[in-house]
Amino acid sequence: MGFSKIWVHGEASDGVVASITLELLAKARELADSVEVVIAGDADSVAAELGDHGASVVHSIGPLDNGLAGPRIASAIADACSQGSGPDVLLCGTTYDGRDVAGRLSAKLDTPVITNVVDLKPDGDRLLAHEPVFGGTKDVFTGTTAEGLDIFVVRPKSFAAESTGGDPASVSTLQVGDLGGTGAAVVKDQFVEESSGPRLDEANIVVSGGRGLGEPDKYEMIEKLASLVKGAPGASRAVVDAGWVPYSYQVGQTGKVVKPTVYLACGISGATQHLVGMKGSANIIAINKDEEAPIFGIADLGIVGDVHKVLPKLIEALEAQ
Amino acid sequence: MDVVVCVKQIPDPADPGELNPDTKTLKRDTKLILDESDSYGVEMALQLVDAAGSGEVRLVSMTPGGETGGLRTALAMGAESAILVSDEALAGSDSLSTAKVLAAAIKRSNPDLILTATESSDGYTGTVPEQMAEILGLPSVTFGKEVSVDGELATVKRQTESGYDVVECPLPAVISVTAGVVEPRYPSFKGIMAAKNKPVEELDLAALEIDPATVGWAGARQEITEIADAPAREAGEVIVDEGEAHERIMAFLDELKVL
Repeated sequence: MGFSKIWVHGEASDGVVASITLELLAKARELADSVEVVIAGDADSVAAELGDHGASVVHSIGPLDNGLAGPRIASAIADACSQGSGPDVLLCGTTYDGRDVAGRLSAKLDTPVITNVVDLKPDGDRLLAHEPVFGGTKDVFTGTTAEGLDIFVVRPKSFAAESTGGDPASVSTLQVGDLGGTGAAVVKDQFVEESSGPRLDEANIVVSGGRGLGEPDKYEMIEKLASLVKGAPGASRAVVDAGWVPYSYQVGQTGKVVKPTVYLACGISGATQHLVGMKGSANIIAINKDEEAPIFGIADLGIVGDVHKVLPKLIEALEAQ
Repeated sequence: MDVVVCVKQIPDPADPGELNPDTKTLKRDTKLILDESDSYGVEMALQLVDAAGSGEVRLVSMTPGGETGGLRTALAMGAESAILVSDEALAGSDSLSTAKVLAAAIKRSNPDLILTATESSDGYTGTVPEQMAEILGLPSVTFGKEVSVDGELATVKRQTESGYDVVECPLPAVISVTAGVVEPRYPSFKGIMAAKNKPVEELDLAALEIDPATVGWAGARQEITEIADAPAREAGEVIVDEGEAHERIMAFLDELKVL
């Protein structure tokens, strides 16, 4: 098989493996005989969890020493490929570092990268990537015709993570070569923004606000609601572009793809840009003044009404519980 | 300080277009506009040059068909000039081909800083900034929320999963910025008039010494094997709020046992 060996770009913080990494391992295991992880930082602390999810080897590039992951991991993988010990396929997550690694590596090896992947399937000796296009109305399957490594950047929540009960992965060192000037950026400080709830792309309930809220102050209602239902607040591109909330809140084609049990869209009309990021939710509730809003076309429960009237009552009802 | 902003001209997102069934590439017969995602980079570049007290903002863009409508918008905002790589062979370019072409054009301009959006609104691969940085042999910081420059050093607040990192990066460098971080200015009437006469240098691939076989659909080395309609999602119950809609939402959440 042309893809007998798959590597997954692993991400972890404080000894906990990111969900996206476990999701990618679950799919990789289904597709290939040999599944390995390449990771920066303390590999020993995550070897057991990675092994339990099917990784046999963890290739550790060691501590980043305040450097950024992208150029370092890409360089280490490129060297492994040129020495013949690299993978046939690399899976990265659609994350901040995942896209950096994929982009750097693609240019280093002069090989294409296929992004926004939501599924993978074998096609002879290669893999085909499933990408939704045109606001998720069309499904496209793409394969590369290039020689060498295939790189795929996969959306979170595309696969379900699954424990296999496997032994801890063995840790092996992967050297990072000379980066020249490419690795010169240095992290001087890290800030954790206070967030009491779950992460947006992992929350069971997502409450999102759009332009229908009218003004930035009203976004507080979304945060209040999200906290009452132990969910995560999200936003449409319009309010991110307007600077009400940071990019990390954005649900959509550009932004995060979420698939919660319940998605509550408040004052969001449902541009295709937004729908592609949330139409995979199990249940969708929408509140919008305009009965013609496209969001009602995919909502399980649609409320034609004013968010400024409905949301305060909903908050009150939840507080009373 | 001279800043190059990479900008993309795209079909109006309100009219997303369709795939040509023969070539399986995007049909591009509509008027192109400036990708809104790029307006943040243009604004940030103008502010940084302003703060530096000297230098200029230049644009780099590519398109198969020579369109300049989107570039004129960015020039009207205050950019001084543009390099437009225009060549029929660019049709169907993937992210790596795009990065190769933009990098070649940027080399002619030799800027101190290269700004990009994190991803385009129509292709949204989000890999071009890093690919470009690698080809140019430069450091990079992606997903910037805030950028300041002091001499030869840029300081960037980079979005992370849990907050942000403060990253220092020596120039020249490639920095991608997220949407919403600055408020893009509206072009003034004077700006719009001035933009008509600002220089747009149009180059083809030969002028950049790029082999057409390495870019466009040929250079992408990808094939689309299947295009299918995605399963549609059905509309459910729709009610008009008469003051009691919150009760229906509570009942819906109760049924799902998520509270």
